[in-house]
Order: sequence, then structure tokens, then C-alpha cells
Amino acid sequence: MTRRQILFALPALATLAAAGGFYAMLSGMRRGSFDPRGVPSALVGRPVPGFELAPLPNWDKPGLSSRDILEAASLRPVLVNFWASWCVPCLVEHPQLMRLAAEGVPVFGINYHTGTQTDPGATAWLRRHGDPFARIGIDLSGRVAVDWGVYGVPETYLVDRRGIVRWRMAGPITSEILDEQLRPLLARFA
Amino acid sequence: MRALLLALALLAAPSLAPAARAIVDPREMLPDPDQEARARAIGRELRCLVCQNQSIDDSNAGLARDLRRIVRERVAAGDTNEQVIAFVTERYGDYVRLNPPLKGATIALWASPALVLAFGLLAMLRLYRRRRGIAPMPPLTEEERAQLARLTAE
Repeated sequence: MTRRQILFALPALATLAAAGGFYAMLSGMRRGSFDPRGVPSALVGRPVPGFELAPLPNWDKPGLSSRDILEAASLRPVLVNFWASWCVPCLVEHPQLMRLAAEGVPVFGINYHTGTQTDPGATAWLRRHGDPFARIGIDLSGRVAVDWGVYGVPETYLVDRRGIVRWRMAGPITSEILDEQLRPLLARFA
Repeated sequence: MRALLLALALLAAPSLAPAARAIVDPREMLPDPDQEARARAIGRELRCLVCQNQSIDDSNAGLARDLRRIVRERVAAGDTNEQVIAFVTERYGDYVRLNPPLKGATIALWASPALVLAFGLLAMLRLYRRRRGIAPMPPLTEEERAQLARLTAE
């Protein structure tokens, strides 16, 4: 191949490479495994931050502390889910959480609040859609969420049997993410 | 005339607004003006992860508000600016810093402007050399001269 031919082929090859990259990005976005605005978690590989949260008022689940998480995680990996009733993607992932809870995976809930956004509809939401959580803590000041590095709801963390955070999903756990990412991890850390 | 002046004043108002714009709620502010100024300076260094291209000092998001409060708590507790930024970076990673630190993972980011500049200079130099490299035609040899004479004689 002459130099001139190589020069002519170069733009075509660059276009093909870009098309491949865009295809991978778009299919990842559709399946939920790629988020262009996603931020990697600083907590993965580190122990669960210490906290203690009160229970949701007028709801029959106990509150949540880091000790509860470590105790349950010593038997099998557990999930910690930050959620709010006003959060539409939380509703998208809700059936997956219900399924995991029914299979016996401990799912702990933290009801997310920020300084400007409270969640008075939390109990009504749980009554209407079902409660997958073993325990629920209410994070009134948003302080526990900051300690976990949460920047939006839903966010879900997988804690292994040594109390180390192994995986974080920012955004809803779709059924694809459940099957392709979460189930293999639950099996690996079992 | 008065109406005209009023209209002009109203038109000019939005351009004056940025100077006065402050998301920080007076209730959030620290009583000590020096500490408050430091908290504002730290807030401008930290990215709001909800809106991503605004600092927490500029953002109205709930998370930004919570982080502003935490920054003020740390400042009031006597932390240095670096300690406060380290506190937030430990939880949210380097991405939260609008001014990313120079280290292994960010070296490409910091070096890219220099690399692009070097590439551009190199390309210009090559082009310049090539232009200058078009040497004047060498003088005709004896043989060529004779051939030319023959051709012009015909």
C-alpha cells in the first residue's frame, strides 16, 4: 500500500472506529450499564462508613445503623439502597429489589433527604408498591448520604462479607443490570 | 422621558445582576465574615455532582446545599481549606474538584494542551521546511544546452 492510499484510508478508518465507540456507548446507555454523567464511587473497596439512623415514622420496620449492615453482611452479601418516594427511577428498580428480597438477599433502605427536599410520601409509597427492605433508616440531614458519596437517588451499594463496599450503582437497577452485573457479584461474594 | 429612563434602567438590570447573585441563603452563612469568605472560596472549588458544571457555591440543588453546610461546619470547626477539600474528595472522589490534582491518572489531562501545542508547532515547522526546500532549478548541463540550441534552431 502506498503512502497516499494509507492517507486516503485514514478518515474512513477513523469514522469506523468512532461508529464502533458510539455504538458501544449507546447500547450501554440503553441497558443502563453506561451513564455519560456517571461519577465513579470513591467508596468501592473501602469499609462501610459508620452511621446510625432512626426508623421511618409510622412504619413497622426498625431503623438502620452500620452495625446492622455489618452483622447481616457477615452471613451473606447485602445491598444498601438510597431511595425516595418522589424519585421516578426508584420505581423502575423497585420490582428488582422486591425480587431480590423475596430470594432472601438482605436489602437495607435509606430514605434520602436533602436540605431542600424532604420525603413525606415515603410510607404511602411503600404501602402502595411494597416494602423490600429489611430495615429502613431515615437520613433527615442528608449527612449519611454524603458519607457514602451519594449524589442522587437511587443509588445502591453491595457490601461483601468482610464489610467492604464492592459495587455501586448510581441509577436504577434494571432487570438487565440485575442479571448481567449484580447476580454474578452476589454469587462471587456469597 | 422618565418612562424612557425607567425602561433603560430595567434593560440594564440583568447585566448588573451577576455581581449581586448569591445562592447562599443568609441563614446558611457563618457569623464570622472571614470564615464565610473562606467557605465561599472552598465552595467555588467543589463541583456540584447533580448539575456537574456548576460549583456548589453556584448551584441550587439540594446536595449542593448540604455540601455547603458541611463545608461551613468544617470551616467553623477549624479545618484548613485543604482539609475541607480532602474531606469532600474522600467521599466523592477527584471528580468533585473543579481544579483536578496533578497525579498519575490526570497526567494526560494536564499534559494534553502542551502535547497539542507541540504537535501543532511540529506540523508548522515541517510545512515551512518543505516550502523552503523547493530549491531553484539547477543550471542546464552542456548536453541540455546543446539540445535546447538544436530545438530552438529548428
